[in-house]
Amino acid sequence: MIDNPKITDPEKEKRKIKCVKKMKEIMTSYYIDAKTAVQNNKKVAWITSGGPVEPLIAMDIIPVYPENHGAMIGAGKMGADLCSKAEDMGYSRDLCSYARADIAASPINGGPIGGLPKPDMLVCSNNICGTVVKWYEIQARYYNVPLFIFDTPFIHSEPSPEALKYVKRQMGEYITFLEEHSGRSLNHDRMKEAGILAIRAQNLWQEILDTAANRPAPMTAFDAFFHLALIVTLRGTSTVVDYYTELLAELKERISLGIGMVPEEKYRLLWDNLPVWYRTRWLSDKLSSHRASLVADTYTSAWCGTTHLYDENNILESMAVAYSSVYLNISIDRMYEIIRGMIFKYGINGMIMHSNRSCKPYSFGQYDLQKMIMKNLKIPVLIIEADMVDERAFSESQTETRIDAFMETLASG
Amino acid sequence: MITAGIDIGSITTKAAILRDGEILGTRVGFTGYNAGSAGTAVYLGLMKELGLDESSVKAIVSTGYGRNSVKFATKAVTEITCHAAGAHLLSPGIKSIIDIGGQDSKAILLGPDGRVRDFAMNDKCAAGTGRFLEVMARALEIDLDEFGEASLKSDTPAVISSICTVFAESEVISLISRGDSRENIIAGIHESVASRVTALARRVNIADPVMMTGGVAKNIGLVTALEKKLNMKLIISEHAQVNGAIGAAQIAAGIVV
Repeated sequence: MIDNPKITDPEKEKRKIKCVKKMKEIMTSYYIDAKTAVQNNKKVAWITSGGPVEPLIAMDIIPVYPENHGAMIGAGKMGADLCSKAEDMGYSRDLCSYARADIAASPINGGPIGGLPKPDMLVCSNNICGTVVKWYEIQARYYNVPLFIFDTPFIHSEPSPEALKYVKRQMGEYITFLEEHSGRSLNHDRMKEAGILAIRAQNLWQEILDTAANRPAPMTAFDAFFHLALIVTLRGTSTVVDYYTELLAELKERISLGIGMVPEEKYRLLWDNLPVWYRTRWLSDKLSSHRASLVADTYTSAWCGTTHLYDENNILESMAVAYSSVYLNISIDRMYEIIRGMIFKYGINGMIMHSNRSCKPYSFGQYDLQKMIMKNLKIPVLIIEADMVDERAFSESQTETRIDAFMETLASG
Repeated sequence: MITAGIDIGSITTKAAILRDGEILGTRVGFTGYNAGSAGTAVYLGLMKELGLDESSVKAIVSTGYGRNSVKFATKAVTEITCHAAGAHLLSPGIKSIIDIGGQDSKAILLGPDGRVRDFAMNDKCAAGTGRFLEVMARALEIDLDEFGEASLKSDTPAVISSICTVFAESEVISLISRGDSRENIIAGIHESVASRVTALARRVNIADPVMMTGGVAKNIGLVTALEKKLNMKLIISEHAQVNGAIGAAQIAAGIVV
């Protein structure tokens, strides 16, 4: 008998990002640490993706992100099942699928990693949406743990002096909350160190995303969706800085070797909103078949869009301002300016907006943005309807027709 | 050169054969549960009717929802591009198209060469589609072919406020039980579809002259309601239902793409 070795396509192998394996190891070890926190006498805080995590890192409290867990549930195609369980519990189908999946996973330890570790406290910032407040209140009652809400007023044009004072004041209250519930006091040197590491990680993340400005793009937004997990979950630690340094070096090498992620890249597209987690492979293949590379997105870049607001010498207060100024907490006019900048930076030919049934603050206003972009920048914009986690809100044939027609129009234009 | 277009929609399958831009014949059949075999059956039926041999066809373009299930097609192209090509062939001055199909309604803006400049499609919901009209016809126990004429006899169109097909159906049933006339209810249904489609048309800034394509173009009541809402005259070709297939055959000839 002749051994039947696994056949690999050398072309495809060449295009794979090598660091990925290490990234998976980091995430595995992070979740092992989190799930064994009790045995190691460590506290766990659940925190929203846009919440100020650096003080947790400085105080050795393990941050756990239900939203990252939601993405894993979506990518693992477990979303529809958990969402319908939440509906059986009485939650509306109109509620965010991250919230539904998380609420339903809690009592049954559902999801791909057998549930998240029980929290000792919850930290919620409404800079990304209003849903998180109610969602975290529900979980605070369910786990019977304290909840801190970092309230960030919406920024229409510029933040008012009162709003700035208000968010800065809350940082102090936040630290008091953490000290009270962890039984430890904050070491300000460690706080500064975590802050500096977070700034470095964000700058590196921006540099990584910017490599896609190169033609052909050495990575796509699909790679960014995957690598995003680190800046979300571990910012403030040296792990992220080390890994992103390595990833950046690999991407620069790909640029020097002319390795693009999409074979014969011809069109460069921009993505808006969260990924359709259970269909990233399908969408990636679909776009590749049209020689289209999704070179940038407004989602993953949200984790490095406010770096300029940080001040190393006044970490806590500057952090408060930065967290208040994130992408989803600003007006459509400011979002448009960011998108416009990206269209020029990455040499964009067309834009795909995911009208995400779950994420109201992200999806609301997309039709206005579409008009502004098409009229002022002459860039075609396609809107597709789906949901980030709940597969029941996705229709393949409808989405396919819209994307195919959009690409045919781009190709003939 | 002889070329063919096969348009497999969610309700009907259409085929068209062209010789150098001249329509030799068209055919319509139901799609049923097997899109691929419906495509083959309608295509071969048309070939037989025209007395043509398969080897005489130089290229075949498939389109519509079942476009990828026609294994013998030279290329699959979306119905948006095909409708544009078809309308441009039938009437070269056309600047916009409104197409109401079984599952999708769309507004397409054309360039002077018949290429698509912009398009908008309905969201995931079935309201404003051919399927919506089918559901309503069933609730009203009237043949869809009589729908258009019936609504023209309406004196006061009923108001259908719901945009959801399922809710609109129950709204229609309560109108029936209230004793509203069938004609007025149908006219109300047409106005509701016309509003949805007009919103799509406005999104792409449709320009005159506008052609309406798709099987629903045969419905005079809806056409009238749409013309009123849009404040534009709609051009309806005798080939409206098979326009996508004609465009596909035209693309196959390499004239447009």
